Amino acid sequence: MADKKAKSIDQATIELIEKAAKDNCNIAFDRADEMKPCPIGSVGSCCKNCGMGPCRVPLPRGKEETPEEQMKRRGICGATAETISARNFVRMIAGGSAAHSDHGRGVAELFLAVAKGEASGYEIKDEQKLLQLALEWGIEIGDRSNNEIAIDIGEKALAEFGKQEGELLFISRAPLKRQEIWRREGVVPRGIDREVVEIMHRTHMGVDQDYDNLLKQGTRAALADGWGGSMIATELQDILFGTPSPLLSQVNLGVLKKDEVNIIIHGHEPLLSEMIVAAAQDPQMLEMAKSKGAKGINLAGICCTANEILMRHGVPLAGNFLQQELALVTGAVDAMVVDVQCIFESLPEVAQCYHTKIVTTSYKAKMKGATHIEFEEHDALTSAKEIVKLAIENFPNRGSNIHIPEEKTDLIAGFSHETINYLLGGLFRASYRPLNENIINGRIRGVAGVVGCNNPRAMHDEAHVAMVKELIKNDVLVLQTGCSAMATAKAGLLVPEAAAQYAGAGLAEVCETVGIPPVLHMGACVDNSRILIAATAAVKDGGLGDDISDLPVAGAAPEWMSEKAIAIGQYFVTSGVFTVFGVTWPTTGSKEVTDFLFEGIEEKYGGKWAFEQDPIKAARLMIEHIDKKRAALGIDKARERVLYDMAMRRELDEV
Amino acid sequence: MSKLIASAVIRGAHNVVNQAEEKWKQAMDKWGANEPVGFPNTAYYLPVIYGIMGIPVEKLGDMELILKKCKNFLPAPVRETHPLPYLAPALDAGMVTFFAEELIEAIRYLEEPDFYTKQEDPTDSNIWLGAADDIILRKRGIEFVDGTAPGFAAILGAAPNSEIAAQIAQELQQKNLYVFMSSEYNGKRFSEQLVEASVQIGWPTRLVSFGPSVSATVFAAGFATRAALSFGGIEPGDYRKVLIYNKDRVFAFALPMGYVTDEWYANAAGAINYGFPVIADTPIPEVLPTGICTYEHVVSNIPHNNLVAKAVEVRGLKVTLAEVPIPVAFGAAFEGERVRGEDIYLEAGGGRTPMVEWVTSKRMDEVEDGKIEVVGPDIKDIPAGTQLPLAIAVEVAGREMQEDYEPILERQIHHLINYAQGAMHIGQRDIAWLRIAKQAVEKGFLLSHIGTILHAKLHQDFGRIFDKIQITLYTEEDKVKEIIEKAREVYRNRDARIEGMTDDTTDIYYSCTLCQSFAPSHVCVISPERTGLCGSYNWMDCKAAFEINPTGPNQPVEKGDVIDAKLGQWKGVNEFVIKASRGKIDHYNFYSIVNDPMTTCGCCEAIAAILPMCNGVMTVNREYTGETPCGMKFTTLAGTIGGGLSTPGFVGHGKYNITQRKYLSAEGSLLRMVWMPKMLKEEIADRLKARAEELGVPDLPDMIADETVGTTEEEILPFLQEKGHPALTMESILG
Repeated sequence: MADKKAKSIDQATIELIEKAAKDNCNIAFDRADEMKPCPIGSVGSCCKNCGMGPCRVPLPRGKEETPEEQMKRRGICGATAETISARNFVRMIAGGSAAHSDHGRGVAELFLAVAKGEASGYEIKDEQKLLQLALEWGIEIGDRSNNEIAIDIGEKALAEFGKQEGELLFISRAPLKRQEIWRREGVVPRGIDREVVEIMHRTHMGVDQDYDNLLKQGTRAALADGWGGSMIATELQDILFGTPSPLLSQVNLGVLKKDEVNIIIHGHEPLLSEMIVAAAQDPQMLEMAKSKGAKGINLAGICCTANEILMRHGVPLAGNFLQQELALVTGAVDAMVVDVQCIFESLPEVAQCYHTKIVTTSYKAKMKGATHIEFEEHDALTSAKEIVKLAIENFPNRGSNIHIPEEKTDLIAGFSHETINYLLGGLFRASYRPLNENIINGRIRGVAGVVGCNNPRAMHDEAHVAMVKELIKNDVLVLQTGCSAMATAKAGLLVPEAAAQYAGAGLAEVCETVGIPPVLHMGACVDNSRILIAATAAVKDGGLGDDISDLPVAGAAPEWMSEKAIAIGQYFVTSGVFTVFGVTWPTTGSKEVTDFLFEGIEEKYGGKWAFEQDPIKAARLMIEHIDKKRAALGIDKARERVLYDMAMRRELDEV
Repeated sequence: MSKLIASAVIRGAHNVVNQAEEKWKQAMDKWGANEPVGFPNTAYYLPVIYGIMGIPVEKLGDMELILKKCKNFLPAPVRETHPLPYLAPALDAGMVTFFAEELIEAIRYLEEPDFYTKQEDPTDSNIWLGAADDIILRKRGIEFVDGTAPGFAAILGAAPNSEIAAQIAQELQQKNLYVFMSSEYNGKRFSEQLVEASVQIGWPTRLVSFGPSVSATVFAAGFATRAALSFGGIEPGDYRKVLIYNKDRVFAFALPMGYVTDEWYANAAGAINYGFPVIADTPIPEVLPTGICTYEHVVSNIPHNNLVAKAVEVRGLKVTLAEVPIPVAFGAAFEGERVRGEDIYLEAGGGRTPMVEWVTSKRMDEVEDGKIEVVGPDIKDIPAGTQLPLAIAVEVAGREMQEDYEPILERQIHHLINYAQGAMHIGQRDIAWLRIAKQAVEKGFLLSHIGTILHAKLHQDFGRIFDKIQITLYTEEDKVKEIIEKAREVYRNRDARIEGMTDDTTDIYYSCTLCQSFAPSHVCVISPERTGLCGSYNWMDCKAAFEINPTGPNQPVEKGDVIDAKLGQWKGVNEFVIKASRGKIDHYNFYSIVNDPMTTCGCCEAIAAILPMCNGVMTVNREYTGETPCGMKFTTLAGTIGGGLSTPGFVGHGKYNITQRKYLSAEGSLLRMVWMPKMLKEEIADRLKARAEELGVPDLPDMIADETVGTTEEEILPFLQEKGHPALTMESILG
């Protein structure tokens, strides 16, 4: 049995860890206690890329290494600890970039099918964004229908994945100076798939054996994620399902309902879940639920599928990554529908302790013990109804061993880039100007992106909440995505009232003015691309330098665990953002590689990595960095109020 | 926006939209959808709706679409706990409030045609002026353009008493600001309080009593919107530019005085869209973070004695206050004030007594700086109602002083005396006319204070061109007559010298980008024979202005090589224009209306247009509101070609320019003129006659048609034929 006290700061989680133990149900928290991380693998010092190994080249502990000793730390092929560390690191990037990008590809495929009228039940929801993207990509608008335009967009988006040369289209969205840096360093992605494949090739036995060159390709693949696959996913999802705007919802396992059919949607893609949202409101389905004794159908989400349908439909969040098994432990979930990424293979096993049906829906992601109902994009509503029906039929099978925790917290979500732009000035004056102005005048000290996963190697949610509280206390506006946003949502930081309670006076004043929480939920982890766009918008609005690396901003993933987090971190760092990770750091087996990522890389890209397990210390590092950038911009001092006379007015440029 | 404010704004907007809808429904029942609606004499329809959304509301039925849009934009009420972000919805609600108020006011014009005076001044029975028409907009707009009026204060409600109201109004006037008044508080209205305190209100004194109800606040927004469209050259519907233009260039703010109702909040949110902050005298919540406005958005609980100073600071406005040590208030806002009937204490000139004003240069040792002398009786020596002869003799000396500057300094006397509260001045030279009000005399105003004003202000504004100045005021008839004789001799010489100046013999022209604060791409280049189109600046003025302020808006332009002598195009001028218009305009012609004429800004005095059927040209002055043979009223013309555009077939010009030799010389000069309003013909009659004689067609003035002949080409053509107008036999104007 796990030691419940140290596991989480969340009461619902603690209760259900206890219940799992009582129910004799083995969960990730237990397994994390039972198995320690591999000490060699965790520092990136194990190479198993060929049959001569695996070779282990860990850094000796507790003493300085002599150059001779370092020379001896090699694989059979002669690969140095540096090469091995960099190989492992960029393979993580390849994994993360592949995951986001394959998600993006799926969206693009569905998008194209919808445009061609081959996916019934879907339609283009955000016409304005469609037309904007068409303009950006030079696609003819004229008198053409939305679907005609969308076909061109869909084809162009899909082509990005298989492109062999040139530059990804969204690269041109970045500030000009940033584009120049990427070109100078030779890391502008050519095509999304190509950069991932090239990592796999270069890290194959006996290919790229220069850590610097390996990391360069890692950068290229990471940028192909952030400014490629992820951005395509976000943009096309917005056009297809609607660009999020602020809405009120709830978070935590308390959103499950005792007397309704509870369906949990878990994973990362909104494609099918959009249809499940529709199916759950279908009168026929509701009738059927009633016939089985349920008062209704209650949808709730876990992980980023949850974030997607929260942002667009206000569907409540049941919990984040480490609560996926616990949702089942409530005994009240009638079906858990999963798609891709971050899904515990243990779910069918946990489900066996209760009555829950685990439904896999992607041909890419199957599990033993789960029911597979494949998502058919051409007839998604039928797949969705089949799933909802399965859940309804399972409702009468609920046992008596049910415990739904009380905990549920209100939150405001839905902060897309477009929404923030609107919120800062209304329909007629929309812009980032008020954000920039208040950064310049110091009410807002800076902006931090706090994102990422949960990791049972650290206390659940603790680092997220502590870090974000420390940041907002110091007037740093926090942008969030993914499981991190859910952690702080549970702690009550995602409501406007949190500003007065937790934020510094300057930030609180701005929040009160705009009516926003001090912590803005921007969506799923794939939507970290929204943060890139927001940062770029701030640069373009002026007064804060001419590159993302000039902005007083920082990033963090204090409880990271997935390869996607590493890919995200790398594209933030190489987009010019100082980024701090917690829990563990995967390259410490090589001092040189680690030093490069923590220091040297800044010379090239203006951003760098840092590793700090203590969330408060990590937040301080971020604030220090923000202050450094403020000083460089000359906005660390109070400004004189400028009063204008007519001569000064004449000097103004035309609007 | 604080939550409290946002909630109130959105409630207020809902109320106003509901009111508008109700009024509209009633009006529809009574008048029907085809009934024309609008504000008087404007080409901008309902200006906020037109400027922001680009929709012209011409008929009652057009309002349906606007109401529908209002409802679409109207946000949901702000929730008590966990509200959704409310700043943006509240700002939207503010704009919606303005849209709905324009509908309400337009329906009021329909229902009660005499509710507003529809003129610049209150009448004996009605103080409510209503929306500014386009004549007022353009006339007053020039003051915004050249900086004599940096902006306006929109006052809602009423001060605690009329003394405080008068005090605040005067303070705003002294800062040269316009005051736009509307709404009521506790049954009192600011405008009425001013009347109670015997303060002159109306456009001439910049104290504009728009209307008694809160919806009249929208006239202020309409004024601001039209400034962007007419002076900024912004396209209707380009809402973002209209609003940012106002934020950057129109230094306005709102002063809600008294309890801030939901509707007031809604109007305030509308104002914030324009970058106009709100400064309240009540303890409402403050909104300090910067963003939509240049600095704070809402500042509250400001004591009345600090209200104006605070407002100016919050708006980010620099006002250089004229420090003139006289016992009455002094500022541009008092220029339009009149002194009449019983109020007159002293009167001089105006045909009643001889009067003259004369500036002359002296040697340095002949002038004692600051010496002010009154020769003869001063005000303290005479009873109320006295008429006196008066000569104001100003003697200046300095190393930089030139004879050419004398008339420029002399012309300042008119407005500088007018700036004094309680002094009214008309005319110049030996046709000047002065009245001093009893109210000014009660405060201790003396004739010697005219000297004080001239000494202080001329030093302040023209200190670079002279070092010493002394003023003598004569009030004894023989002395005055003696001065008049001397002055007339000088006037004759001066006029001859100016008349003798030609473009051809002058190598340096002067730019005037004074109005770039409002019309960013407009560039006037002023030559001796083409005075500024606003009528305010001639070549000599520009030359002096440059001497006074070498980095100012009047810069010498070396005209350079001739590109086309007939059209009036020079290499050096073109190069300057490219630079000064920030690349927007690369060339123009001084003397042609057909080929790439000079750019026109919204503040021109008159606009000429080709009349192809008559093979001639017409011109129309700003004050003429009727139809013209080109098919457009002045205001439509100005709206079409103003804003810094060069439009073949149309050109803006000064009234004086009509009788200058180079006027339209590329197309055959004044002989092309076939139509102008009667009032304009009368205004320039003497010079018109002289120029006609010079052209060898002494009857030309009688051959030029006016509105009594007709207002279409078809109507005036027979008249021209009958009179044998020379234009009919000239080569085709279209070439």
